[in-house]
Amino acid sequence: MLAYLFKRLLEIIPTLFGITLISFFIIHLAPGKPTDIFTELNPKITPEARERLEKLYHLDKPVIVQYGLWLKKIARFDFGESFSSDHRPVIEKIWDSRKPLIERRLFVTFMINLLSMGVILLVALPLGIFSATHQNSLWDKIATTTVFIGFAMPTFWLALLLMILFGVELHWLPISQLKSMGYASLPFWGKVWDLAKHLLLPIFVSAFTGLAADSRFMRSSMLEVVRQDFVTVARAKGLPERLVIYRHAFRNALLPIITLAGLSVGGLVGGSVIFENIFGIPGMGQLFYMSVMTRDYPTVMGILTIGAFLTLFGNLLADLGYMLADPRIRAK
Amino acid sequence: MGRQNLRNLFWKRFKRNGLAVAGGVIVLALFFVAVFAPLLSPYNPDAIDRHNVLMPPSLHHPLGTDDLGRDVMSRMIWGARISLAVGFVAIGIATAIGMLLGALAGYYGGWTDRVIMRFIDIMLSIPTFFLILAVIAFVGSSIWNIMIVIGLTAWMGVARLVRAEFLSLKEREFVLAARAIGASDVRIIFRHVMINSMAPVLVSAVLGVAGAVLVESALSFLGIGVQPPTPSWGNILSLGKDYIELAWWLSVFPGLAILVTVLGYNLLGEGIRDSIDPRLWETERK
Repeated sequence: MLAYLFKRLLEIIPTLFGITLISFFIIHLAPGKPTDIFTELNPKITPEARERLEKLYHLDKPVIVQYGLWLKKIARFDFGESFSSDHRPVIEKIWDSRKPLIERRLFVTFMINLLSMGVILLVALPLGIFSATHQNSLWDKIATTTVFIGFAMPTFWLALLLMILFGVELHWLPISQLKSMGYASLPFWGKVWDLAKHLLLPIFVSAFTGLAADSRFMRSSMLEVVRQDFVTVARAKGLPERLVIYRHAFRNALLPIITLAGLSVGGLVGGSVIFENIFGIPGMGQLFYMSVMTRDYPTVMGILTIGAFLTLFGNLLADLGYMLADPRIRAK
Repeated sequence: MGRQNLRNLFWKRFKRNGLAVAGGVIVLALFFVAVFAPLLSPYNPDAIDRHNVLMPPSLHHPLGTDDLGRDVMSRMIWGARISLAVGFVAIGIATAIGMLLGALAGYYGGWTDRVIMRFIDIMLSIPTFFLILAVIAFVGSSIWNIMIVIGLTAWMGVARLVRAEFLSLKEREFVLAARAIGASDVRIIFRHVMINSMAPVLVSAVLGVAGAVLVESALSFLGIGVQPPTPSWGNILSLGKDYIELAWWLSVFPGLAILVTVLGYNLLGEGIRDSIDPRLWETERK
């Protein structure tokens, strides 16, 4: 098992380099020296912004030197200074260690994604098992239709409709920000309650639209497993159906879901741009959107790279989970 | 079983699946609306009418008007063109890249395979939406840039699929026979193996179009996609957000159009998959 773990960790290194290479390539799409034709088409870039870009990424040096210098900087999480009027270092905008955790953008995005992932798995797994064990029943069809609609529903549209219903019409829930005005003066549980109210809609939206992949996959994985011989054996020796499903079939059907969950991290993190923007949540996605709109290149690059690292980390965790869950790999 | 028999079996199974047929009808209707947009739309989609600003749905304007008095229904009908064009061009690009890289990886194996698979891993670990936004931030947003960028970030699934097909097909007798009579690699890849792996690729492309439609609408909603005055469902919705308390019709109808369209592609794709999956034929005969 240790050998497998070691091999898996080694594989990360080329992937990390690949991520930095692609990010580096994107910098070179920027209007300016390497691709002058864009300057005419793209009036938003000013000569001085281009000059700063050149200085930051050493665009006057040979490409290989540029890449080396850039790599050296991001190894220290130095993404340069923001182009916006505050001129703060990018890393400080994403993770400001002087502020409480809840006000650090990276933490906010991380927390929301973790919660949505938890909700998705808590709903998708039982739903998938139920659909599989009651294949083609009315409830299976209702569940299937519901997750399909969730999958086809544009995140931002669902968010808008819920905001109109619960915020504008019913006044039940706050529709933007993460905290109320008087948050600082609330007692601990008051703070938790306040956060929960603000997070309810965003997490519901993110979970409902992300449910389909996991629950459909759970269903088909379960259907595949219950056809196998060891399930027949378990039934033949007289085990109650509940044990057959949950002890024998479920554990085996779960394995591919772990991998899928790991792969969905990228989609979740990327999706945070949309709902953080709609709900006005001060996370990394919102900052990313603002930076894209103002062409704050260093911040865009910083968040892109950190987002990729985060996703890679999620995939790694999924692999570790797989390892722990699958005795065949554990035994190696 | 002959080719003709297989085709009949496919149609028989497809027609029996109500949801798949519904998906097909939705997609066909979308094509119809997009192609005949000039004939179907009651107004010029860009005609500004200062006297009828933000009018709720009525007999004159079935889906209301927007902040410049433009007819929402006409704008949505023309928006169907954008949705269709972005979906198909983007997924066309993605499918072409995916098929080529998947074929190379599966057919040659070894180092080629390792490099391509690593590249796929890397692309999968960059949050797609972040990547698309970052590229758009650098190159600017035009409808062509959007199609290309979505296409360049959506090929990984197809590549994996085609690779798996090649791995299992390349050892089969018909490929060995082709090689024995001296067919070139290019000929074997494209004439013999690729043809036989088209079915799953088609399914994944139809499902991919659904994804591309969602991404385009999200980009336009955020104001980084299709730029006004060109009408797209996403940028009408974006207006809906600005007038959320005044004009519900600007939010509800375009969103519904996106939902139905994406649902249509998904049902169609899943329906085709179920109809060509021989494993499902087996279970049915039992």
